[in-house]
Amino acid sequence: MTERCDVAVVGSGPAGLGAATALAATGLHVVVLEREAELGGIPRHCGHPPFGMQEFRRVLIGPTYARRLVERARAAGVVLRAPATVTALQPGGGLELTTPAGPATLEAQAVLLATGVRETTRAERLIGGTKPAGVMNTGALQGLVYLARQVPFRRPVVLGTEFVAYSALFTCRHAGIRPVAMVEPGPRPVAWQLSRGLPWLLRIPQYFATEVEAVLGEERVTGVVLRRGGRRWTVAADGLLVTGGFRPEATLVRGAHLQLDRRTGGPAIDSFGRTSDPAFFAAGNLLRPVETAGWSWAEGVAVARSIGRALDGTLPAPEPALELELAGEAIKYALPQRLHPGDIDKGQMLQVRVARPVRGRLALRRGGQEVWSRRLKALPERRITVPLDGLAGRAVPGRLVLELDEEIDS
Amino acid sequence: MEHSEQGPVFDVAVIGAGVVGAAVARRLQLDGCAVLVLEAAAEVLDGASKGNSGILHTGFDAPPGTLEARCVAEGRAEFLAIHEQLGLPLLETGAMVLAWNEAEEAALPRLLQQAHANAVTDAVILSAAEIRRLEPGLGPGLRAGIRVPGEHVIDPWSTAHAYLLQALLNGAELRRKANLHAAAFDGSLWRLQTTAGSFGAAAVVACAGLFGDRVEAMLFGDAHFTIRPRKGQFVVYDKPAASLARHILLPVPSATTKGIVVCRTAWGNLLVGPTAEEQESRTEAATDRATLEALIEKGRAILPGLADEEVTASYAGLRPATEAKEYRLRSDPARRLVSVGGIRSTGLSAALGLARHVAALLERRPATPPAEPETPRLPWLAEGVAGKGRDWTRPGHGGIVCHCELVTRREVEAALDGPLAATTLAGLKRRTRVTMGRCQGFNCLPELARLTAGRLDPPIAVPFARSLDRDAQRRD
Repeated sequence: MTERCDVAVVGSGPAGLGAATALAATGLHVVVLEREAELGGIPRHCGHPPFGMQEFRRVLIGPTYARRLVERARAAGVVLRAPATVTALQPGGGLELTTPAGPATLEAQAVLLATGVRETTRAERLIGGTKPAGVMNTGALQGLVYLARQVPFRRPVVLGTEFVAYSALFTCRHAGIRPVAMVEPGPRPVAWQLSRGLPWLLRIPQYFATEVEAVLGEERVTGVVLRRGGRRWTVAADGLLVTGGFRPEATLVRGAHLQLDRRTGGPAIDSFGRTSDPAFFAAGNLLRPVETAGWSWAEGVAVARSIGRALDGTLPAPEPALELELAGEAIKYALPQRLHPGDIDKGQMLQVRVARPVRGRLALRRGGQEVWSRRLKALPERRITVPLDGLAGRAVPGRLVLELDEEIDS
Repeated sequence: MEHSEQGPVFDVAVIGAGVVGAAVARRLQLDGCAVLVLEAAAEVLDGASKGNSGILHTGFDAPPGTLEARCVAEGRAEFLAIHEQLGLPLLETGAMVLAWNEAEEAALPRLLQQAHANAVTDAVILSAAEIRRLEPGLGPGLRAGIRVPGEHVIDPWSTAHAYLLQALLNGAELRRKANLHAAAFDGSLWRLQTTAGSFGAAAVVACAGLFGDRVEAMLFGDAHFTIRPRKGQFVVYDKPAASLARHILLPVPSATTKGIVVCRTAWGNLLVGPTAEEQESRTEAATDRATLEALIEKGRAILPGLADEEVTASYAGLRPATEAKEYRLRSDPARRLVSVGGIRSTGLSAALGLARHVAALLERRPATPPAEPETPRLPWLAEGVAGKGRDWTRPGHGGIVCHCELVTRREVEAALDGPLAATTLAGLKRRTRVTMGRCQGFNCLPELARLTAGRLDPPIAVPFARSLDRDAQRRD
């Protein structure tokens, strides 16, 4: 027999729980489906602050934050199902799932996809060498340390310098793991320049403009081969921690009828967080790599309003909408991918990232007229926002283009 | 099995638990022999058999009249007869041999003749337009090709596990970490000294793959060939890429290699490979970035749609090539000894045929086959076979452990149990697909560490307080 509900939420991280709690508070029958046995998503295994400033007005560590989000959802009347794995999306709001008991189906009036991100693997980075045990992402390490109280290595090389890499250093410290090197292919930390201080304090050598070429070892990792320019050398290590390079966990979207944005790697959405099937909405890091837990939570709360309107019948129809066009190859992505200029909320904005360090002018144009612009000096993986207030109520027809004119160094 | 003063005595000892050893052990045990399988590594399928392309060949391009051609044809026929019973997947993809230049196109008629000489009579030459109708995703520059409908995709690991498991269920014994270091024939019995103890056997069959020459030398006194390990690197794409090709896409073969293949896997991925690189090491199967990049480029030239697809994994396999192309068989009836060496690319397809050939060669005591042999059914891990579902589609699976490959707790627990229980993470991966998907363990490693605690050596992880080094020392 097929179960029915008003809203099904796939994923119980900050975005999913934020949305579910807000929707249940309005009296809707909301079911959250979490494939892990434990609810709460990625913050469960980030045993460090700061989490929860917007949501709870205080600074929490990840596991506490996740637990509180779960408690709040439960108190609001959300039906929480874990483990329950969604295996397929059906047009119109149907979900196929499997639980320990076996397969089942769920029909919802609206579905929110909030399946988050994962890190780029060793394989995707084409790191060569053998395949010994002890090569993993931060997610796996943090799960082992915080959920299973175990360690897979003692002296790993850490690859990457996004924020998650520094989170990994805290995790290592907590578990008595002493990284032997921190390696970044770029010329500087992807996170703030100041981040250099942490490995320095922990006496971990840092190598910039350096690639991880290969992993050595048969049963376990015995060393990691690094390359800087033409120089190759081996660092003795018993593991390789591959951090960051986040990508949306969009497998369900890729296997379904929904439109995918190749730039973000997640589903394309409109101003209301609605995907190409109006029964499906998306929020959180599934939309793009990568934002904070707080940002994802706020996105969940915002999309809950849209879903509420959709169920009331007061949400504007998917069409007409304007496709956001991107000009300038340094723009990595921008979202939402479709906009409703007649229905822009105050404070609504575009989220933008650049693919490489850039300097120039970023401008939003409607029908050739500039709606907004500013000088931009930006690095990859840094949050860039474009306010849409100027677009609201503008009668100018025509294409909507976000353009980046780069200054060329002379 | 009998016992002597020096321990148990078997009818036949099979050296090596790769796909060939597994098939030989199955054949002899089903013929009624008491079989012992000795594997040097900690896990079965740990040498050449862990890294192949998973193709069930027709043998269309084998040199006609050779042992290889015969074993591939017989092995394929037996696989087709038993795979349903053993629960082994078969993707009836067919293959396209693609000619991308004038020279390759010119080679097609001779290749077709060869196929027909090998009794692969349904192979036909097709024009580029005819091929494109069947494979619309192919890149520019295609000139013509040969369609070989009988080439299929199978699961290389479940297949070999099934052969070995059937031997074990019918009474064969398996010793892992049993590296042969001395062998002597006393006129009636072989005495085999291994790192797992000493064993007696009336007959010995060596299927030692990458160590085939060394084991042959130990048994015969000399080796009639030298192993020249030939590495093959592969790139594996995520499952959405599998829709880009229906057939196995083969190049026109050269003298030394079958060349770079693009094909689906039984598990629903798409792979590109292998390279053919000679090397010294018989154990180190390393990939390198430049080669993987070249494979990706090659794959995109064949299937431009791959540019939008994600790489899930890469791996390298080592083929036990020798100085000659043909299989290197040697037997000594007086000492009841057979050595099967130099089984390169076609071992998976030929294994059952080789097993029959070995059984016919081997001098052994008359034996009574089991009246009703046990038949294992392997866990179904394949995608894309109509009417067949994975474990997660059935009730009571206990929950999903590996989300990318949808591996259930019930599957993991089953793989850690029974006569062929996994003892290493690599072994568990081959039996269940855990951590083999797009996230490569990002999500499931903590749960796997819990589920496998005390079962795998080395463990996935150890408690905070314990040192990995101490752990290693304790094992040694």
